[in-house]
Amino acid sequence: MDTKIKRLIAEVLSEMGGAGAACSDESSAPATSDTQPDDLTVENLKEQLLVPDPANRDAYLKAKGTTVSRIGIWRAGPRYLTESLLRFSADHAIAQFAVFHNVSEAFVKEWGLLEIKTKCVDKDQFLTNPDLGRELDEENTELLRKHCPGKARVQIYIADGLSSTAVETNAKDTYLALVQGLKGHGIEVGTPFFMRYARVPAMDKISEILNPEVVVVLIGERPGLATGESMSCYMAYSPKVGMPEANRTVVSNIHRGGTPAVEAGAHIADVVKKMLDQKASGLALKK
Amino acid sequence: MKEHILSVGIDIGTTTTQLVFSRLTLENTASMISIPRVEIIAKEVVFQSAIHFTPLRSQSEIDEHKVRELIEQEYRSAGITPDQVQTGAVIITGEAARKKNAESVLRTLSGLAGEFVVATAGPALEGIIAGKGAGAAQESKKRGATIANLDIGGGTTNIAVFRNGDVIDTACLDIGGRLIRCKDEGGEVAYVADKMRHLTRTMNLVINEGQSLTKALSEKIARRMAGILEEVLGVSPASQELPFMLNDHDLKRDYRIDYVSFSGGVADSINDIRGEADFQYGDLGKFLGKAIADSRIPQQLKILKAVETIRATVVGAGSHTTDISGSTISVSPSALPLKNIPVLKLSAEDEALPVEAWGEAIRKKMQWFNLEGEKQQMALAFKGPDNLGFHEVETLAAGVIKGMEDVLCKDCPLIVVIERDLAKVMGQTLLSQLGFKKDVICIDTIKVENGDYIDIGRELAESNVVPVIVKTLVLNY
Repeated sequence: MDTKIKRLIAEVLSEMGGAGAACSDESSAPATSDTQPDDLTVENLKEQLLVPDPANRDAYLKAKGTTVSRIGIWRAGPRYLTESLLRFSADHAIAQFAVFHNVSEAFVKEWGLLEIKTKCVDKDQFLTNPDLGRELDEENTELLRKHCPGKARVQIYIADGLSSTAVETNAKDTYLALVQGLKGHGIEVGTPFFMRYARVPAMDKISEILNPEVVVVLIGERPGLATGESMSCYMAYSPKVGMPEANRTVVSNIHRGGTPAVEAGAHIADVVKKMLDQKASGLALKK
Repeated sequence: MKEHILSVGIDIGTTTTQLVFSRLTLENTASMISIPRVEIIAKEVVFQSAIHFTPLRSQSEIDEHKVRELIEQEYRSAGITPDQVQTGAVIITGEAARKKNAESVLRTLSGLAGEFVVATAGPALEGIIAGKGAGAAQESKKRGATIANLDIGGGTTNIAVFRNGDVIDTACLDIGGRLIRCKDEGGEVAYVADKMRHLTRTMNLVINEGQSLTKALSEKIARRMAGILEEVLGVSPASQELPFMLNDHDLKRDYRIDYVSFSGGVADSINDIRGEADFQYGDLGKFLGKAIADSRIPQQLKILKAVETIRATVVGAGSHTTDISGSTISVSPSALPLKNIPVLKLSAEDEALPVEAWGEAIRKKMQWFNLEGEKQQMALAFKGPDNLGFHEVETLAAGVIKGMEDVLCKDCPLIVVIERDLAKVMGQTLLSQLGFKKDVICIDTIKVENGDYIDIGRELAESNVVPVIVKTLVLNY
């Protein structure tokens, strides 16, 4: 019985072409336990054209260069090629990791930031009960008051939001460029800190506690399949809990493939200057 | 929010002088939550002048005062005053560019054509401008094809080859409709350009002023001129005369041409030739048109109709020379506008160095550029590293300052042109390291090459971008 099945499998494999021989030869299997498999996400999708015989490769690649959409990925019958499917899964894994992992303590310590957290006790609660992500308990409020002088002209802080990866990758560079830009305008900033399990509206609470003129938060964006590294910057002039969302100004898409972190910081400095000059933010802010 | 700028194009050619006004529409195409991305979203010719014969004082001199009068009169017809014009280009093209007083013509016109209007010349650029005006650049992008545009005027044929919207090759030949001119429509020769004298001699013909030109003889000469164009496009084998008729470098001919389009005055004769050619314009233009229509070019290559023919160059100058910078830049307003700034670009090898080594690389390049030892105005250009951290930006800025300090004149602004989106942070860092004591112009999303010249206009009121004109004098292969 066993031999019959084996023979059948061998026949099927040989009908599938040369692949059969390679598969049955265990010694040449690509990934063994002590070698790392290749990182599937290294290849730049904008430069990868899987169409086997394009009429005009240059024009196709030029079109691909303008979008992160997965075009020109070819097919096997009605399905994706294995390569495309694996890449899809790999990018999805990156997105999930960005949401579920925690910003490392080392990152916070190395920067020398005070760490506070919202009323969420852990990541699970943060993701399942988002309202808690905009509130602070007494202990954390006190910590903040003690550590950060109030009434700064600009209070900047970092929050994990929905992508820890984004914050770890971009926040520091954006922050440094932003502070330099503000300094150029003669604007001093308050003491920065890091807030864990935080959503955007937590900035209203921060504003009520520290009373700065402008609050700026650098926060991880909900990741997609294009990148898990995208960060946003939300800003508001003297925000209050319950204020309309339209009072917030946002610069999004800060990552390597979007606006580079340093360039974003430099741009945000000019936006903050405008807010201070006009004493306004969001839709009320004029160009 | 849309913003309009008015652009002028003035083309003083071997044969004709023309003017157009174009309206360029700028808009922030990014969503509200992104960093602004201002782009030119529309280009529209709002006025075109009559086509005037270029006033000449003699065979070797343009009458600059008559040219000025013509232009002033066209401004009046358009109802436009020079102060309304924000950008544009005045170009002296073809044989006219070699007239000995070309410089003084440009001087006479400067000021008339608005504050930020630049004078340009040079055969490569002329061909590119004409090719853009003829629609070849855009069409090559749309079709994903390689298109050669031949702009055939009175004195020269300027060729620009576009692939997927980019220029890949240029050449300029002394082939044109008015290199032999007649006194009237009768055919008595009034002028023969030196190169035509030579070309006809290789055909065992002697053409001299005063002699009468028959139609048969004109056809024969025109066929030989069309033959030279066949050769440069590679549809006929190159002869000994080809290098002589080229006035800079040859086409590379190592790529396939999908389509050919024709612009310039002679193009109209190619398109509507019926029956026999004649001396209607007192020159060989119609004969040349017919000879090209009958040549191997339309037999062996696909022909694409140009969107502009005789107006291609002037429309190109008015609508297609101005570009705009990236939307996050850093400029000291008092230092603008800047004109004719030579560009020094770092090589790919320089850019591959770690950022710590850039200062030395820039210094070395600058010394090589600065052979006369005089401090001068120039712009440093580079593509810029991908994914820079803030401390690397600081290192790079320090390198730029160190590399430029020996050559940059004391009161000149520091000008940096970057391809990647980095200019705002780089500009702010440079300003900060210079103690805010020097003007800094740092712009991005502009691609320049070594040997280019660049003009940078004042910041536009609403869009916070600057208009930029890159003048390519030589193509780098």
